[in-house]
Amino acid sequence: MKYKVIEGLRYTKKHEWARQEGGVAIVGLCDYAQDKLGEIVFVELPDVGAVVEAGKSVAVVESVKAVADLYSPLSGTVTEINEVLLDQPETINQDPYGEGWVYKVEMADEAELGNLMDKAAYEEFIIKEEEE
Amino acid sequence: MGGQHYLPLTGDDRQAMLKEIGTASVEDLFKDIPPAVRLKGELNMPPALSEMEALKHLTDLAQQNRHFQNATSFMGAGIYDHFIPSVIKHITGRSEFYTSYTPYQPEVSQGVLQAIFEYQTMVCQLTGMDVANASMYDGGTAVAEGAVMGCGATRRSKVLVSRSVSPFYRAVLKNYFHSRGLELEEIPLRDGCTDRHQLAAMLGDDIATVVLQQPNFFGLVENMSGLADLIHEHKAVFLVAADPISLGLLQTPAEYGADIVVGEGQCLGVPASFGGPVLGIMASREKFIRQMPGRIAGETVDSEGNRGFVLTLQTREQHIRREKAASNICSNEALVALAASVYLATMGSQGIREVAEQCLRKTNYAREQIRTLKGFNLTFPGINFKEFALTVPGDPTVLNRKLLEHNILGGVDISPFYPELENTMLFAFTEKRNKAEIDTLVRELEGWK
Amino acid sequence: MRKPKALIFEISRPGRQGYSLPTCDVPAKPLEQLLPEPLRRSAVPGLPELSETEVIRHFTELSTRNFGVDTGFYPLGSCTMKYNPKVNEETAALPGFAFLHPCQPEETAQGALELLYNMEQGLKELTGMERFTLQPAAGAHGELTGLMVIQAYHRSRGDLKRNKVLIPLSAHGTNPATVSMAGYEVVQIPCDERGLVDLEALKAAVDDTTSALMLTNPSTLGLFEEEIVEMAKAVHEAGGLLYYDGANMNAIMGYTRPGDMGFDVVHINIHKTFSTPHGGGGPGGGPVGVKERLVPFLPVPLVDKRGEGFTFNYDLPESIGKMHAFYGNFGVVVKAYTYLRMLGADGLKQASSDAVLNANYLMSLLKKTYHLPYDRTCKHEFVLSARPEKKKGAGAGDIAKALLDRGFHPPTVYFPLIVEEALMVEPTETESKETLDAFARTMEDIAREIDEDAEKIVHGPYHTVVGRLDEVRAARSPVLRWPSS
Repeated sequence: MKYKVIEGLRYTKKHEWARQEGGVAIVGLCDYAQDKLGEIVFVELPDVGAVVEAGKSVAVVESVKAVADLYSPLSGTVTEINEVLLDQPETINQDPYGEGWVYKVEMADEAELGNLMDKAAYEEFIIKEEEE
Repeated sequence: MGGQHYLPLTGDDRQAMLKEIGTASVEDLFKDIPPAVRLKGELNMPPALSEMEALKHLTDLAQQNRHFQNATSFMGAGIYDHFIPSVIKHITGRSEFYTSYTPYQPEVSQGVLQAIFEYQTMVCQLTGMDVANASMYDGGTAVAEGAVMGCGATRRSKVLVSRSVSPFYRAVLKNYFHSRGLELEEIPLRDGCTDRHQLAAMLGDDIATVVLQQPNFFGLVENMSGLADLIHEHKAVFLVAADPISLGLLQTPAEYGADIVVGEGQCLGVPASFGGPVLGIMASREKFIRQMPGRIAGETVDSEGNRGFVLTLQTREQHIRREKAASNICSNEALVALAASVYLATMGSQGIREVAEQCLRKTNYAREQIRTLKGFNLTFPGINFKEFALTVPGDPTVLNRKLLEHNILGGVDISPFYPELENTMLFAFTEKRNKAEIDTLVRELEGWK
Repeated sequence: MRKPKALIFEISRPGRQGYSLPTCDVPAKPLEQLLPEPLRRSAVPGLPELSETEVIRHFTELSTRNFGVDTGFYPLGSCTMKYNPKVNEETAALPGFAFLHPCQPEETAQGALELLYNMEQGLKELTGMERFTLQPAAGAHGELTGLMVIQAYHRSRGDLKRNKVLIPLSAHGTNPATVSMAGYEVVQIPCDERGLVDLEALKAAVDDTTSALMLTNPSTLGLFEEEIVEMAKAVHEAGGLLYYDGANMNAIMGYTRPGDMGFDVVHINIHKTFSTPHGGGGPGGGPVGVKERLVPFLPVPLVDKRGEGFTFNYDLPESIGKMHAFYGNFGVVVKAYTYLRMLGADGLKQASSDAVLNANYLMSLLKKTYHLPYDRTCKHEFVLSARPEKKKGAGAGDIAKALLDRGFHPPTVYFPLIVEEALMVEPTETESKETLDAFARTMEDIAREIDEDAEKIVHGPYHTVVGRLDEVRAARSPVLRWPSS
């Protein structure tokens, strides 16, 4: 597998990940997405306190010649944003599952986690997408 | 046949090329056009002209027009007869500049890119703003796109525009706003300037942008003090359409707290050309850079660490963001921006100030002479920078016709745009007008009727 | 070849002067009396101070760091980088055109009005439209004008639910951006395996919310939409209109007309088809023509002939209004009109004919070496895919840089988006067979070098005044003016 996928996270088809920590989930961009985008030069973050809906655009990630929306994997309220990305957007390239996290969301409905893929399902999904 | 001197293919070339392609005739290459839509017969056009004949025809047309070189112009209202130093056309006439496309391949476009970077810097120096783009089409579209920028930045959809802003700009603004469902309200006049009390009353937390002009359409220097605080209290964006020449002398929009500065750059060494091609200037505070439309050049380094320039922040633009782009603008007025750069480089800090001072002094002189004439009234009190509104005793069209008999292109009749101002004209006085020309104008006005 | 160049600010020296102005000859009054202190700025900081010699040398050197059509072959796809005739520059600079004020009384600008009128007649005939506005200052500006006219038309009929504009996937980026600017929603229409608009998908997409279909024909793949009649029928039957993006008009002059194909609105890029120079990114011109039922909605003013004279007509109560403070890029229209008159009907047709012949010839040469995803007769341009080369280590962008080193301007790269690693080549009619042959040989050389040592190509260009520039750095930490503070 060319792309890093981590055990214990939940994944979307748009290549976002979510890590549950109690009632809060940390959200970021997957290794696959950062690789496809290339060197990230700018990230537009949501406001803390913003109410987000699963599947709706919540942040924007830009490389030199591409723009990608980050769609929230989960519904809820944004409790924290990763301000490091404002000055060092490349952190997403360097450590997509760690220092490059994007925002934290207080989940409105934890059951939504069940709609997301686990590691095995997501890996299979990437392989299929690569073939196309 | 016309234009053969632009077509290098010979009959033999065409035959050899068809052979390579594997078709019998050029006609075969057009077989994919369905017969139903093929043009039957030939286009009905006037016969082709040789270069000599074309020059003659165009010269004949040009000679039917009066212009700044065979008449003395006092016309303004956004387009002016300023002096154009000779250096400009010799630089913009360098065909490496004028026959190039948008600098998408930076390594062979350093000339245009560096020139844009220098232009952006000079626009910032003039306006006091942090960032500028590579140009918009004209002052009118710059006002419209600037107002839209404010909507994007505030996520609001209502804009206030002063009635002292050029009616030519407001017409474009209205059009840009109407189609996309944005709202526009007009701040009324008080003595030819923006009514500050009305502005205060109209402001609210639903206002995206407030659009003012400095000097305003009537040539009046508006009192901008305190307006920024008022506007920012409502988290609205303060946009000013400024005359770039006036910025050689007037307080900068940055000093009185504007957020976005736009303007018509024709005054910076660009021929009037019947109103185009001219130059839309756009600059802003750094925080609005992501909402700014159009191209922007930025500095970077090459693989060996040498300084170089590229188009940057391109994700704002249509070719990347498509339907979510800040604007659809692609071609702008790059060569005109180059002309403005050469102008500003030639004039320098000292020259631009001197031009501005001469405009102010000559306008003031003319105003003092004309205000004493019987039947002529200054429409508004206040300080005029390079033009003023004058209420004349009769039909402006008739007056202009009379002035023309004395080789004078008179004033711009503004009554059609301000029905409340009957028989009112704008007269402009740039550094190009001398005392004798102004005195002649005054004499002709005096002798009218 | 690397050659650093100072910024104009860095060569400035206090006390030097590049201008010459007469002494102000009106009575001198203290400045304070004319403009009180609080309204003044103390000085304009930072503008360069140079002698005229230095100004000229600086900008002349900048010009040598730039590649134009006059420098060499410029096959930039969809940009129609044809030769820009010098006579155009002469005519536009005539004092009777260059020093004309837009608010002059009409009787003092009859020559200018006649020129605008004549240009409109030519464009009408060329495109099969009823009337034109010459106001739009660029292609994208024309698109916006056209969509606003369409919007006004639907609204005038009380047909208010048409909120969508259909666009094929192969469209220029300006199309979807324009659609949004006009307050519409974009509906993307896919292409079929031939590279043409998928007619069935189009039929399925049109309904009573369709305002218009925007189409470039020939498309950005350089292919003529052969089913244009059926497409027009489908859109018209649903009550929608057809918008023609004239970016690729250079392929069809005298062969077919947008009006005859069923288009209701058309814009022409006169800086492409009509040979006016691109100026490093403008000024351009984007006249918009419409069929009869849309004439009432055109921007004001139109130019009418009354008796022997010409006049601006503002009397269009249903007009969308103004798109430009004045009449658009008149100076550019002068150049385009000069070209129109010099070519005449047969010259224009021959231009298109040679443009298409040149494109097919070059395509035929290049497809021997490069992958041609849509292998059919093209019009004025064609699109190669450097996907195989990319797999060897050097993609379309790298090939472009290799061309710079070999004296050619590259084709458009990475567009249209429907072709991976796209190289979009438009030779135009003003290039000789020898130039096309030399370009094809160079492209073959580059392909061979990629086979041998792709790595070397990836690090190019080597012979330009600067090496490959770091666009990531430029975007991450923007430096947009001097000094960078």
